[in-house]
Amino acid sequence: MKSIFPELTERKLTRHDEIAPGVFVIGFERRHVFIPGQAVKLGIDAENPPRIYSICSGPADGEICILFNVKEGGFLTPKLAGMKPGDSVFASAPYGTFLGTEDPAWWIAAGTGIAPFRSMIRARRTAGKTLVHGVRHVNQFYFETEFREALGDHYFRCCSAEKTPGVFPGRVTAFLENQPDLPAENKYFICGQAAMAVETRDVLISRGIPFTNIITEIYF
Amino acid sequence: METKTPLFGKTLAELQTLTAEYGLPKFTAKQMADWLYCKPVQSIDEMTNLSKKARTVLNEKHSFGLTDPVDTKTSSDGTKKYLFPAGRGKFIETAMIPFNDRKTVCVSSQVGCKMGCLFCMTGKQGFQGQLTAGEIVNQIRSLPEYGEITNIVYMGMGEPFDNLDEVFKSVEILTSDWGFAMSPRRITVSSIGILPGMIRFLNECEAHLAISLHTPFHEERQQLMPVQIAYPVEQVIAELKKYDFSGQRRVSFEYIVFGGMNDTPKHVKELARLLSGLKCRVNLIRFHPVPGTPLKGTDEGTLQEFKDALNKKGILTTIRASRGLDIDAACGLLSTKALLKQP
Repeated sequence: MKSIFPELTERKLTRHDEIAPGVFVIGFERRHVFIPGQAVKLGIDAENPPRIYSICSGPADGEICILFNVKEGGFLTPKLAGMKPGDSVFASAPYGTFLGTEDPAWWIAAGTGIAPFRSMIRARRTAGKTLVHGVRHVNQFYFETEFREALGDHYFRCCSAEKTPGVFPGRVTAFLENQPDLPAENKYFICGQAAMAVETRDVLISRGIPFTNIITEIYF
Repeated sequence: METKTPLFGKTLAELQTLTAEYGLPKFTAKQMADWLYCKPVQSIDEMTNLSKKARTVLNEKHSFGLTDPVDTKTSSDGTKKYLFPAGRGKFIETAMIPFNDRKTVCVSSQVGCKMGCLFCMTGKQGFQGQLTAGEIVNQIRSLPEYGEITNIVYMGMGEPFDNLDEVFKSVEILTSDWGFAMSPRRITVSSIGILPGMIRFLNECEAHLAISLHTPFHEERQQLMPVQIAYPVEQVIAELKKYDFSGQRRVSFEYIVFGGMNDTPKHVKELARLLSGLKCRVNLIRFHPVPGTPLKGTDEGTLQEFKDALNKKGILTTIRASRGLDIDAACGLLSTKALLKQP
């Protein structure tokens, strides 16, 4: 079937895993080279407009995978959650400029905003990287084992609604405000919903990080 | 308790669906539209050419749907900023800007905004909800200046193309002969350039379009406007070049001028290259600093030079007068964050 959106082509799902309650990783065969941090446009059928999702798989993986949570009352995610391998979706080629590099950087994510950073660690772009992941509940630290193995002591978890040992009790913004040293020359990549992203950016700027070193990806 | 749904904000087609549902004569929908959008009444009971049965049925399920502003601030330049409630402890702001013989209303399309532009006060309050078509048109209908309004710009709080269906409905109400019967050429919808929404807008709506540009360079725009990652302005402009703007419909680009950042000859040159072949105009806007921003405005001399340089390159460029600055009604300053109730 051909989509009315010319950049989308029909793809068969090869993966459909619920990795936490209401949170899914789905995937389809990779046909394009991409750079970690890029995204795809994904639609459920040939007529309705696609949404944009960061790729959470690595550039050498055989599949393009995305991570999403089900939005109650949403158009796309409840349908995606109900699919199974072999079902069709409509996807674009990877694109975007939220790109992982070899330079030292802080990665700051909230919830499923962790997706592009998972792609970056799968590309082994971990030297000089620090990851801060904020969630509401402790079962939302997606890909926790992989991040711990890849980043060791440079992997920080923040949980705003539950307390558990080894996890900062509070939001990402509070964690950053408590840091004695945030290197101004590093790049800071922020990925998440608007309110978190904007507040995090404001905290970084108030801590002396030039806005030119902050790259913000917001889930629209 | 069942909440009554407002009639104000429904299109003629939606009113026809209602009348069919209630078993009312077909012509009742047109009569209702006439009362809602063309006559100075505020209650269903005042719709006196509807049958008593029709008014009773409508009163059971619906309210008329107008909401008065709860606060007004007046600038020394005559600009007024109105505060409207938008349900559940939320508020929106609307600016009415008088200038010469015009009165322009700057309406909001969302409560807050999720686009996160670095220079915008609305972006700092995050996103609290979508406005309905009724809540958008109410910002015009419930103003004391209603009847004197000459122009409408969708440049208040929110991103119109992130609430496209309701924005379309509001424009339909404003421009239809059964509605306010305004010319679409007196309406401008402004967007940061959400590409799928823009394409729908260009195909389905006749109002003018304004795009927030602010810099022609990808990396610089990405630092100012996160939308650049998802929908690069280069693609937005390439899409615009497929449309004909040689008639009355206009596309313009909003360009806030930041001192030492986007006001250089390099920017003039790149803007000329990017906009080449597109009939358009550029509106330069003085930056009004928001708290905590690392950005600053440019000086008047540089602003004039930048304008002159763009005009010399063949790009029709003007400087927008800043209005309502003393009441925080100027571009980029609308915010109701302080009024949000904690959950």
